[in-house]
Formats: sequence, C-alpha cells, structure tokens
Amino acid sequence: MRIEGKGHIDRAQPIEFHFGGEKYSGFQGDTLASALLANDVHLVGRSFKYHRPRGILTAGSEEPNALVTIGEGAEREPNVRATMQELYAGLQATPQNAWPSLKYDLLSMNDALAPFLSAGFYYKTFMWPKSFWEKVYEPFIRNAAGLGALSGAHNPDTYARAFAHCDVLVIGGGPAGLRAARVAADAGLDVILADEGWELGGQLLSDSAEIEGQLAGDWAASEAQALSEMENVRVMTRTTITGAYDGGTFGAIEKRGTHLANPKGALECFWRITSKRAILCAGALERPIAFTDNDRPGIMNAGAVKTYLNRFGVSPGQSIAVFGNNDNAHQTARELIAAGVKVAAVIDSRTQAQVNVDAPVFTGSRVIGSKGRLRVREIAIETDGETRSLEVDCLAVSGGWNPTVHLTCHMNARPVWEPSIHCFVPLEGAVPGLMVAGAAAGIFSTHGCLQSGGRVAATVARDLGKSPEDPKTPHSQNQSYGIEPLWDAGGTKGPWGRAWLDFQNDVTTKDVRQAAKENYASVEHMKRYTTQGMATDQGKNSNVGALAILADATGRGIPETGTTTFRPPYSPVAIAAMGAGAQGKGFAPQRFTTSHTATVARGAPMIEAGLWYRPSFYPEVGETHWRESCDREVNLVRNAVGVCDVSTLGKIDFQGPDAASFLDFIYCNTFSTLKVGKVRYGLMLREDGHVMDDGTIARLGEQHYVMTTTTAAAGQVMKHLEFVHQCLRPELDVSFISVTEQWAQFAVAGPQSRRLLNTLLDEQINDADLPYMSCGEIGVSGVAGRLFRISFSGEHAYEVAVPARFGDSLFRLLVAQAEALGGCAYGMEALNVMRIEKGFITHAEIHGRTTAFDIGMDRMVSQKKDCVGNTMSRRPGLLDDTREQLVGFKPKGHAQKLSAGAHLYNDGASPVAENDQGYVTSVAYSPSLETDIGLGFLKGGRARIGETMRVVDALRGIDGIVEICGPVFLDPEGDRLRG
Amino acid sequence: MVKLIARSAALGLMPIEGDGVTIAEPHMAVLTSLAPLRGQEAALSAALESAHGMALPKPNRATGANGARALWFGRAHTLLVGPDPDASLTRFAALTDQSDAWARLMMAGPRVPEMLAYMTPLDLREASFKPGHTARTELSHMPASLTRTSAETWEVMVFRSMAQTLVHDLKQALDALP
Repeated sequence: MRIEGKGHIDRAQPIEFHFGGEKYSGFQGDTLASALLANDVHLVGRSFKYHRPRGILTAGSEEPNALVTIGEGAEREPNVRATMQELYAGLQATPQNAWPSLKYDLLSMNDALAPFLSAGFYYKTFMWPKSFWEKVYEPFIRNAAGLGALSGAHNPDTYARAFAHCDVLVIGGGPAGLRAARVAADAGLDVILADEGWELGGQLLSDSAEIEGQLAGDWAASEAQALSEMENVRVMTRTTITGAYDGGTFGAIEKRGTHLANPKGALECFWRITSKRAILCAGALERPIAFTDNDRPGIMNAGAVKTYLNRFGVSPGQSIAVFGNNDNAHQTARELIAAGVKVAAVIDSRTQAQVNVDAPVFTGSRVIGSKGRLRVREIAIETDGETRSLEVDCLAVSGGWNPTVHLTCHMNARPVWEPSIHCFVPLEGAVPGLMVAGAAAGIFSTHGCLQSGGRVAATVARDLGKSPEDPKTPHSQNQSYGIEPLWDAGGTKGPWGRAWLDFQNDVTTKDVRQAAKENYASVEHMKRYTTQGMATDQGKNSNVGALAILADATGRGIPETGTTTFRPPYSPVAIAAMGAGAQGKGFAPQRFTTSHTATVARGAPMIEAGLWYRPSFYPEVGETHWRESCDREVNLVRNAVGVCDVSTLGKIDFQGPDAASFLDFIYCNTFSTLKVGKVRYGLMLREDGHVMDDGTIARLGEQHYVMTTTTAAAGQVMKHLEFVHQCLRPELDVSFISVTEQWAQFAVAGPQSRRLLNTLLDEQINDADLPYMSCGEIGVSGVAGRLFRISFSGEHAYEVAVPARFGDSLFRLLVAQAEALGGCAYGMEALNVMRIEKGFITHAEIHGRTTAFDIGMDRMVSQKKDCVGNTMSRRPGLLDDTREQLVGFKPKGHAQKLSAGAHLYNDGASPVAENDQGYVTSVAYSPSLETDIGLGFLKGGRARIGETMRVVDALRGIDGIVEICGPVFLDPEGDRLRG
Repeated sequence: MVKLIARSAALGLMPIEGDGVTIAEPHMAVLTSLAPLRGQEAALSAALESAHGMALPKPNRATGANGARALWFGRAHTLLVGPDPDASLTRFAALTDQSDAWARLMMAGPRVPEMLAYMTPLDLREASFKPGHTARTELSHMPASLTRTSAETWEVMVFRSMAQTLVHDLKQALDALP
C-alpha cells in the first residue's frame, strides 16, 4: 500500500514490471521488494528445505527470503535479492524453488514431513545402502533443495576487473560513513567512499529524524553532493566491499548495469582497492525474534518496515503489530501512526518498558505464534499469563541490532561480546589499518554515528600526517535503545512448534537444541550439523540468535559459547566478475612470430607452443591429410630446401669479461674454449644433476656469446641464469639479456640451402668460409643480420637472423626462393619427423627425470671444471648401467603403428607394471625410411640394441613388437650436415 | 638488388581512439639496453650525461626527454630510447640492440590512468606516479614497461610478439570505461 507524501521515489515515473508472470507497476526509485509490497505482494519464494511460503523480511542486502531470478534465457541471474534489485522498465523477475507455482508448491509436502527432516536427518538416514547415496539420495535431495539455477548457456554479459588506490577507504555511506569521508577529505586525504546502495545515506534514508534542522535524508543528499564535488573523493555507489585482504587491500563488486533495462558495457566490475587506512561504517543489521511460525510472509523486521515507509512510501500492511525488545522498535510504530497506518498493537517483552505510542500496548508480553496460509492473518500474544489473538496483516519485529562485523572477521579475528547492548562488536585491530565507526562499532544513535565517524576519521588523518580540524558533529537526535535480550519467545510445543532462526537454510531453534543434545555443542559443530548460517546470506540475521539458543541449551553464556565468523565475500559475487576479461583471447597473451601473417595466408593450421603460435604444416592444394603435407615437406627438405621460422627459440645475449666463465658454469660442457665465429651444442643441468635444457651457443666475440634455448624452457632458463648469477656466482662480471624478440630467425635446410641463401645475402658464402658449426655477422638484402650454420634436421642447413621488423619480408623472400628451387616452407610436424630421424632430443626426452647419462651424453659433463649439477650428476645411482637409456625403435613386421606413451616389456612378459622395461617418448612416420620410428627409454638400453620387445599402449589399445636400435636413424655419420 | 621491408610491431593496428584516450605507435626508435659492467655505474652515468645529456636513471625513474630518454628497465638494465648509442658507452656497459624487441605505443589523454586501472595493479595517481616515473609491471597478463612522460602522456612497451594482445586488451579496457 502506497502512502502519499512519503518516500524518495519518483511518482512521475511509473514503471511496469513482471513477477512470476504477473504484471505490476512501481516507480522509479523502487526496489523490486518495495514495488511488490506496494502491490500488496508478500509471498515471494519458497524456503530451501521445507518449501514454506516466505515473504520479504528486510530491506537490505542481508535478505534471506526474497531471492528471485532476474531476466530470462542465457542472461538470467539467479538468487538476486529483491531488496537490492532496483526497478527498471520491463524487469522480469521469477520466484525460485517453487513448482508448479509459488502458491501451490508440490514439494511443500516436505513441510508435512518436518518432524522427520530435522538437523542431522541426512547423515542418519541416507546411509544405506552405500551406493544409493551418490545415485539416488543425493540427486533427489539436490533437486528438491536449492535456490535458483543458472541457465546452463554461455553467459553473454561482459564484466570488468580493475584496481583502485586511496589513502582512506570508507566502507558504507550512512551517517558514520558520510561524516568519516567528509572529515578525511577535508583533511586533504584521497578518499574512496563505497556503498552498496545507489544512494548515499544508509539508515538516514529510512529515518524521519532531523540533522542540523534538515530531514535526515535531505542532509545525506547534500553531503553526498558536496563529497561528489571534491577532487580528492571518489564516491562508488552500488559497490559492495566484499573482502578484507592483506596489505590494506579490499575486494569490491560494483554493479554497473543490473539496474538498467539495456545495460551497456560491463554489467559488473570487480575492484581491488588498496588503501592506507580503512574505516568500516557498515552499520548494523536487525535480528528477528524466534517464535512459533515466525517465518510467515508479512512478518518482517521492524527497521525494514520503517525503511519501506520512509524511503519508498510503502506500508507493508494495513493493520500492523510491532513486537520488540528495545526502544528502537517503537519508532517504527510511531512513524506508521504518523503516516496514517493502523498500528494494531505494540508488544514489548520488557516489563518496565516505557512505550510512548498511541496504540494498544502490551509490555512484558511476547508474540508466540502466527496463523495464515500464505500471509500472516493473526498473531498470538502471551500477556499476563494468558494468550490473546490479534488480527493483523503485518508484524514488525525487532530483536535488537547486530553490528555489521563481517569484514573484521576476514583476517581471522573473532568479534567480542558487548553485554551492554547484547551483541558482538568488532575486535580492535582485527584487520590491520582498519578502524570501525558508527553502528558497526555498536553505536546505535544518529548523533553517536555522526560523532564516531568524524572522530575516527580525524584519528586516521592524524595517523597519516594530516592536521584535521576538530570535527564538529552535526546536530541530531540521540535515540535511546534500552535493549533487553529476547532470543526465543516460545510458542507451541511438540513436533509442529517450530521457531525459525536461519530463514535461508530452514534452521529452527529445535535444530540447534537437537545439535546440543547430540553433543554438537561447539558453535562450529552446531553450524555444520544444522547448516545454520551456511547459506548465501551467511546467517546475517540469524547467527547471533542461533548461538544464543545454543548457549541456553548448553548452559553457558554467550561469550563462552563464542561465535562463528564470516568469510569473504560479504555478499555474493559473480565468478564471471572475478574472472572478467579472462575468457577467449583474454585467457593468455598470444605471441605471434613475424611470419604469422604469411603463414596463416598459406592456410597453415597453427598450434600453440607455450604462448607462441606455430604452423603444423603448410597444406598444398589437393592434400587431404596432415601426413601428406608433412611427408612432402620432409622429402623436399631432404632433397631440395625448406624454410622454417625458429624465432620462438629463446635467444639470450651474453657480454662481459666473465661471459665465458659464466657459460662454463652454466653448461656441463666447456665454452671458454669455443673459438670466435664457432657454434657448439650445450647441455645444462639442474642442481640435482638432471638435464634442464639444451641448445646451441655461438661465440660472436671474445666477450660476446648468444645462447639458444628450447621454446618451452626459455623462461625457465632465464630465471635459472638470474639465480645463478645473483646467488651462486655474483663475482662474475657478465650481463645477459633476452634477444628472443629482437631477432626473427629462420632455418634454411636442405642440399639447396646455400644456393638459396646466396640469392639473398650481400656476400656469397661457401663451405670453406662457413663450415658446419660456424657463425658470423652478414648482410641480408641490405640488413645487418647473423648467420649460423647449424642443423636440427640433419641436413646441410643454416639459421639466418635479421631484426624482427624485417622478419615478415625475409620469410616471404626465403619461401619464394625455396619454391623456385623446388623446396617449400615446413612446419612443426616435418621438423619433428626430421629430428626424430636424426635422434635429436627435445623436452619429450629431457622431460625432467633424465640425466646426461640416460640420453647418452654423459661424456659432455666435463670433469675438468665445475658446473651447476656436476657433483650431483656423479651420484652412482645416476650412472647405473641398468637405468633407462635413450634408444630407438622400429616396428617388427609390417603395418604396425608406434605410439608415444607406450610401455616396453620383454617379449612374452605380461604387460603389468612390475614387468615394465621402459617407454616410448617420440614417434614419427619416416618418409625417408618408409616406416614408423620412435625414440624412448629402455632399462640398460644401450646394451640391448637388436633385441625384440613387446610394446603396449593400454590407452590406445596398441600391442605390438619392436626392434631396439640406436637413436640415430638417418645419416649417423653426419655426411649430409657437412655436405 | 632485393631490399628487405621493415614493418613496425603494431602496423595496421593503430590508432586507437577512445573517450579521453588516444593511442598511436610512434616512429620506430633505436632502443639500446645498457648493462653497466662491474662497478661502472657512475662512469656510465657520466658518459651517458656527456654523450646524450641525461644521467643513468634510478629504479623506477626515467631521465632525459622526448627524443632521447633513458628508462630504468629492471635490475642492472637501462633502456636508452631514441639516439644511436654513443661509442663511449661501450667502455662501461654491455650494449644490446633492442629496437625490434618491443612493441611501443604512446597513450595520451586525461583518462589514460583510468583505462590502465583495468590492466595494472600499479597506483597511477598523479602524486604516486609522476611524469618521469617508470615501471616494469604487469599489464593485463603481459610483462610490460610503463612510463609517464608528462601529465597526460604515457609510453607503454610489451614484447613485440604480444602487440596484438596489447591492442586487444587496451580496447577491452577502453570498453570497460564507464
């Protein structure tokens, strides 16, 4: 029911929306909850477990009941709190957890079974037979219980992630927060003021109180305006601070588009805010009182009723009773009366209460029950030893207020019990750099909040080296509170007498007492046994009430019972927001070589090698299978010439007087003896003596080397080099830097390689000047480049490098010239085939568990000098002849496939782990040998050349026979390399 | 005689125009890494001063001006941006050409810090990150170098191979600006 003349809504802007298929109307400035209440809709959902009808309880983010799904299709968003959802034109809201409809929910039969479904029911009941849990019970329970569901479709909404920095983060924009922000900002500090609502003011927006002679809401609006005009203040509305983390960092979720019919840009933004200091002004949350059937729609928190009246101009009923244990509840009654709403009764549990309200008053009395199927129709009041019933359509309840201590728990502190106001207050110093002001600190009057906000901010400003003026607290009222505890007002005894604590997880006082009875007496055990506080609202309304019941049941006091704590996030955050930008292309950076464009234009399928994109093969017209292309490329390289981009290999430039000594220490073989203009293969070990990486090292000058690493290990090697230089050999005068990105480098391989290069080089090369394993600087079509005569294919081959800006141009020229010579560009598949044919290793072989001994290179581990891993590599176990050693394989018999990952067994042995003799690491079809070939490791393998083994790939179902051979299949003498 | 054609790292991807942000690729400049030899920092700084008019920058600082600037570029590394390095520098430092190793973009406009807030955890408020400040940092998920060259102009560098990702992520950040 709308009340004329009340509220901050814009009555000139009516808005139509849908709830549960029905069309309703509200106003700009309404929440979905306030608009529903204005339309006299209280029933908004069904409860989690018993499917009980539930209504709107609160007016804030703590709402346990009014969870709805907003929108339709892929974009729909479940579990949105109707109390936080701003109304917009065409909004579609759907109730959750009800079928076929809210009013007739089939699973409400659960409620009839309630005596059997108490706490611990699942643990006790669904134990047998064991296999039924996963297959029958759990799916059924999950289907019956639960709240909203995601659409299951790809979410088309966009989200963002961002960082912000400030001197002072003020969390909450109520009276304390507004004051704190103002005082901190006036002192010259950089301030971020964040509030979960769209309007600053917090409780002031719900009040008819006055500040400095202005209506509280108007004062808040003018303060908000003043703050928004200050250069050093950033006001972030619709922004919930969700978590407190190390180093003054806070998580925050900003809702940007959820209040709009047609949101543009990011729907939500997840912020990480780093602050020097934070002031928590998050206010307080009202708690209900437990009594039989206190969960009926129409039974609401008293503060929420006041909010709906003052902020939204809505009375949630026509005849309202108010029930409380504190003075604050009376204000709701007074304001309802002032607005012309009938207050049927004020029931105050305190016998000495002074109730200054013009309505029937029952002191020393309690509400002990309610009636009404889908909405409260009648309440039962126990007064003077007798029970009276009273017809009402709304009951406003206040069991007192709990400071919003949540963020102070995020770094493991537990709040402390404050007996004077019967609630937990934040522990001082709970979060380093965070101070608490206002209701969050247990100060429940407007004047006290304003004063506390200003004072705390002044303290913070002084801490940060500012000299704030002594803050003058704006004049306002100092309301009384006078709470006396009342947790369980009682009611019907027996199985049907249930008084609700946690509305969202359907936990009753009986469940808590049951837990205590079964010796789940610790508050943490009770929580897990009953699921109290484990729903999406984290028990914001109910935790304190539940542990008070537990304290009573176990005969301890509340401080001795203690409290559970809270974890981030304060309120639910979409995972999509935290992971914003990391979908699709945002998942990881893409690294493209300079030949990428030309390669893609040739239709080459690209594969990822780390972050790099490299071509698998270059298909020719008419080729239908990758093997066709690969075989052709191998044949053309072996018989003419091929070109391949090898820029992705790590390239590291070394300079300095001690460059040679440093490399001698890094590699197991020696580089100080390498002559200028020469290249040598190098193997580097880890500290534990196993192989880390391999590559070639070219000596460009006396004090100048260029190392190559494998593509995959480039980053790891760079880290290793930094470690060795900074920690192990800091005395060496050497500097090194990655030049991977500086040079575009192409392999030119095959018998025609020199002829090809000579068409593009500024000076002609010949075998005498540039023999195998030599290098030099050379002009490449007018550009200063480098040429290395090295080979990973086994052919007479070169690698030519030019500054990356010329990479695209050179690649195109090389390929064109290669094609003119009957050759081609080749990709990773052909590269891999050729290196296997030559027995060259990659990280498939040096996979982290193999040593130089295992791969047959132990002679490279020079014993004339020290190097990283040298000593450890001499351990006898690493030089044992029975170790798995690198060998080659050929299938015996025709048409047999080899597969990488297959294991080796002695011929005739059964293929079980105990009989394992080794494994296959790399396989290829060799077009040169016209057979499958493979590399791998075999126990004592070097002494078993010629043996026949059984090879079994259990995953692919391959079982065959192979012959063990040496790892070099082609040109073992290396004539082609030198040719 | 064939001549190789040079392509800049962000060729065809520029410029990017947004609300309060303009991004463009400058002409390819000479980038030289200077790594001082043992104990030669002061001598290198003096040589840099006399040859190019700027001292060796301290960590997270840039020296020089547009056209010739030196950026702190990590432990024991300075990046000289602009001039061909003077031969005198080689006495005190290892010099490495990095001109082609980095994609380098200029960003200008009042909203650049706001846009970058979607990409880096650095505090870029005027008082914390002043003109002449530089950082090796994370930009989205790329290793990057970021320099504030004036109140409203910035220079950003990422590995040349990541130019397309940088452009993609900058556009995404611009789209995220409210």
